[in-house]
Amino acid sequence: MTDSIIIKLTAAEIAAKIASGELTAVQVTEAHLARIEAVDEKVHAFLHVDREGALAQARAVDEKRERGEKLGPLAGVPLALKDIFTTVGIPTTVGSKILEGWIPPYDATLTKRLKDADVVILGKTNMDEFAMGSSTENSAYGPTGNPWDLTRIPGGSGGGSSASLASYQAPLAIGTDTGGSIRQPAAVTGTVGVKPTYGAVSRYGMVAFSSSLDQGGPCARTVLDAALLHEVIAGHDPLDSTSIDAPVPPVVEAARNGSVEGMRVGVVKQFRGEGYQAGVLQRFDESVALLKELGAEIVELDCPSFDLALAAYYLIAPSECSSNLARFDGLRYGLRTGDDGTRSAEDVTSLTREAGFGPEVKRRIMLGTYALSSGYYDAYYGSAQKVRTLITRDFEKSFEKVDVIVSPTTPTTAFPIGERADDPMAMYLADLCTIPTNLAGNSAMSLPCGLAPEDGLPVGLQIIAPALKDDRLYKVGAAVEAAFVEKWGHPLLEEAPSL
Amino acid sequence: MTTTTDLVSYEDALATYDPVMGLEVHVELGTRTKMFCGCSTELGRDANTQTCPTCLGLPGALPVVNSIGVESAIKIGLALNCEIAEWCRFARKNYFYPDMPKNFQTSQYDEPIAFNGYLDVQLEDGEIFRVDIERAHMEEDTGKSTHVGGATGRIHGASHSLLDYNRAGIPLIEIVTKPIEGAGERAPEVAKAYVRELREVIKALGVSEARMEMGQMRCDVNLSLRPHGREKFGTRSETKNVNSLRSVERAARFEIQRHAAVLNDGGTIIQETRHFHEDTGSTTSGRVKEEAEDYRYFPEPDLVPVAPSREWVEELRGGLPELPRVRRNRLLEEWGIGATDMQSITNAGALDLIVATIEAGADAASARKWWMGELARSANESGTSLDGLAITPEQVARVTALVTSGDLNDKLARQVIEGVLAGEGTPDEVVDKRGLKVVSDEGALTTAVEEAIAGNPGIADKIRGGKVAAAGALVGAVMKATRGQADAARVKELILEKLGVSEG
Amino acid sequence: MPGITREEVAHLARLARLELKPEELEHFAGQLDDIIGAVARVSEVADQDVPPTSHPLPLTNVMRADEVRPSLTPEQALSAAPAQEQQRFKVPQILGED
Ligand SMILES: [Mg+2]
Ligand SMILES: [Zn+2]
Repeated sequence: MTDSIIIKLTAAEIAAKIASGELTAVQVTEAHLARIEAVDEKVHAFLHVDREGALAQARAVDEKRERGEKLGPLAGVPLALKDIFTTVGIPTTVGSKILEGWIPPYDATLTKRLKDADVVILGKTNMDEFAMGSSTENSAYGPTGNPWDLTRIPGGSGGGSSASLASYQAPLAIGTDTGGSIRQPAAVTGTVGVKPTYGAVSRYGMVAFSSSLDQGGPCARTVLDAALLHEVIAGHDPLDSTSIDAPVPPVVEAARNGSVEGMRVGVVKQFRGEGYQAGVLQRFDESVALLKELGAEIVELDCPSFDLALAAYYLIAPSECSSNLARFDGLRYGLRTGDDGTRSAEDVTSLTREAGFGPEVKRRIMLGTYALSSGYYDAYYGSAQKVRTLITRDFEKSFEKVDVIVSPTTPTTAFPIGERADDPMAMYLADLCTIPTNLAGNSAMSLPCGLAPEDGLPVGLQIIAPALKDDRLYKVGAAVEAAFVEKWGHPLLEEAPSL
Repeated sequence: MTTTTDLVSYEDALATYDPVMGLEVHVELGTRTKMFCGCSTELGRDANTQTCPTCLGLPGALPVVNSIGVESAIKIGLALNCEIAEWCRFARKNYFYPDMPKNFQTSQYDEPIAFNGYLDVQLEDGEIFRVDIERAHMEEDTGKSTHVGGATGRIHGASHSLLDYNRAGIPLIEIVTKPIEGAGERAPEVAKAYVRELREVIKALGVSEARMEMGQMRCDVNLSLRPHGREKFGTRSETKNVNSLRSVERAARFEIQRHAAVLNDGGTIIQETRHFHEDTGSTTSGRVKEEAEDYRYFPEPDLVPVAPSREWVEELRGGLPELPRVRRNRLLEEWGIGATDMQSITNAGALDLIVATIEAGADAASARKWWMGELARSANESGTSLDGLAITPEQVARVTALVTSGDLNDKLARQVIEGVLAGEGTPDEVVDKRGLKVVSDEGALTTAVEEAIAGNPGIADKIRGGKVAAAGALVGAVMKATRGQADAARVKELILEKLGVSEG
Repeated sequence: MPGITREEVAHLARLARLELKPEELEHFAGQLDDIIGAVARVSEVADQDVPPTSHPLPLTNVMRADEVRPSLTPEQALSAAPAQEQQRFKVPQILGED
């Protein structure tokens, strides 16, 4: 089998072929490393490629198979890991200068689970610095291009992960989603991304941006692949106090049995209006029509609090980040600047943070410091937490009437690199539809639903399920995916230009 | 360091002003592991050998609450007659300091686990003073910095500092009083008595050894003055980390005198932190911050709320040990001693030792006598505390047993104790090695008595003449001859018998 | 809501330990003003009798047993230290309280 065929296989197919002996893990890994070599100079999805480590892992899988040991469902499948999870012996930078060259002495729980499942970690992917952004332009190490059009953004903060999938550098990737950082990149690159229920995937070893919103999750090219990865990374972790101590919902089973027959699907009035690109709304409406065709009942929903979601998010996330990022002080690890023997620790910390953080990170630290400061707390942070309650209630009321909610994932298709770079408010609008889910803690998926007619770029359909009902995402997602592939005659990604 | 104003005499200060105090005590819990991670809390280990991603504040690491930390906090709350929160959260206290790896302290803010209690404390004269407790909450300790290049390890003038994070994350309970009013001139005494009683409570609960000299318990003394008759509090100063009972009292006393001097001069007290100096008994101003601290507290998102069930709280209440004041009152009755005796026993830190000695078989009077006499003197001389002496209650009990059985007299017993303290072994080993045994061999004693009579004919005559009191001199001679190993009472009997005199 | 001044931005920067350059102060003052103006909408709900949500899931009492787990070795702990001495993190002089 040639490399060009191998890299287009799904994770499920790769795993099956390795298990049957049709392919070796080393062969698969080498094919992907070669692809990275060939295209990543243009795409810039990776910050660090761990060639030797990946091959060693692959060899171990092949040896296991030779010994007749049972292989896990993703054994030998290569994966691109967002550079926000700690990895022993491999640099973890979170896309920031302040952690340049930091080699963690411990593995994140997610990293451990991937290793235990014999998933082959190819390397660490580019991201907006500290996961703050929707375009990956905020990476201290330069932007990532969208494989559909390299002059456009691949979404963010997990643009490296989405771009690696869309450019066939990896069949699986890991993202983290604080306000949409898995789903929005998936939407603009024509891939699949899932934000599991808050607490489903351990945050231990995932560098914190906003602790009460952050959630790691699977990224893939198909719904089934995402489900297989979901099962590997989810589950209770005693090292994370916010981890759910309950069995993982049967997501793989759901992905294998896609159906919307008899399901009630909600459409929220507030996810529409000014700022939504016409082609995005067109594809979304077609998706709703498709769901109806497939046997779903469509229910109109009114969630008035969603109008306040963006504002609440831009208070809560910066507040938590201002505290989470305080530890980067140049004293114990990472960058230290200005220590000339005369300056105080205090001054060296201030100089280090000034030099080590990019503008968006500073902006959010300042905003959060403001929102938490005495005199402003109640009006800002306190009110934002109330909005959070209202949003949760709107979701609860909605889920009494429907099984899942659908919406566009993001209001527009991928915008050109540089377009919104110094207009934070415009940038923040990219997460309009994804943020309510983070605030409430429930689960959501984005999957491709076509290309916008006006620019030929991918549009994402978001499916939202209640907390702990992540399996519904996969059941609906698999049905929609199958129907679209049948309609298009091939997966959407095949329409992407070759690099 | 700032210079201090001339002080006003304590009496003059109290004549014009009424002191109001607030005491904040931090107690390091004796848990096996830190508050939010599994690192050991053992003291005295090599620098940075007890750290992990969590207590080092490495990127990505997360905290998990130590259940014994919570349990200890509830026990302390209950012992201080507090209400226990049905639901409470941790909060982040945000401020930058190099000894705090995350640059925020995980603490509690407006939702402490225990609140609204009181502690009755007994003053020197037996008076009971009730100190109201505002709250007791859970938090974590910081790392330790060593300042290099400056004089005597101080920050001032140091060229750099070295940080050891072994202590970072050790569980702390902070106990805060309500403003203590109405203590008047006894305010410093109340402060000391409160901290002492709190320490006894903590020790009785078994949640910490509460050794102030080791920093396991430290007190911040907040103090303000107001003119007599005024209700509104004056501006307070906060003297940080006072680490002995005596210093608590001295710091309060000094601040009363200093505040009075400033106020008398028409000055204003600056709200600031101050540092107490053991050597001079004075306080000096901490660094004056150009901007007010703004800790930007908010609920800790990485930890879920603590909601102790009422069943658990009641179970813990049911398991509380007898509290120190109740116990002292019981023992005082059992032993038939007065309040002042009991006060000196507690002041000396002898109570538990005496009780343990009694439990090991000694009678109450002897146990008290040895610990408050010979052993207290010895501790005093060597500058250690009683429980720091190299003798156990069991050994003291053994010595009293040897006295009761007549094998030792008091004088020999003192030598045995001296030997044990000097590390010569157990009481029985010291008796053996030093050959310390009361000579009860009648033959040997009789010979010694006869020799003493023969050697002191004048005294013998006096005794024969009815001056029984003079027998003391002959007893002395016999004791000397037997190197103190004779039973003095028996010697006296023999002397009188030989001289044909009967007592009384 | 009142506009955010340069002085306020400077104060925030000190609290957040960011040695901002003068032009950054200017730039951030404008941007923060815009953002805060937009997010201030949340205070619409300030008067509503709604409990605030700090945690998305209603978990309580997640605790661990008081059992020692292995620590890092001092070499691991100090592996990324910008400076070290005597197995301790070496930091510039601390402008602390004396
Ligand atoms: Mg405190
Ligand atoms: Zn630790």
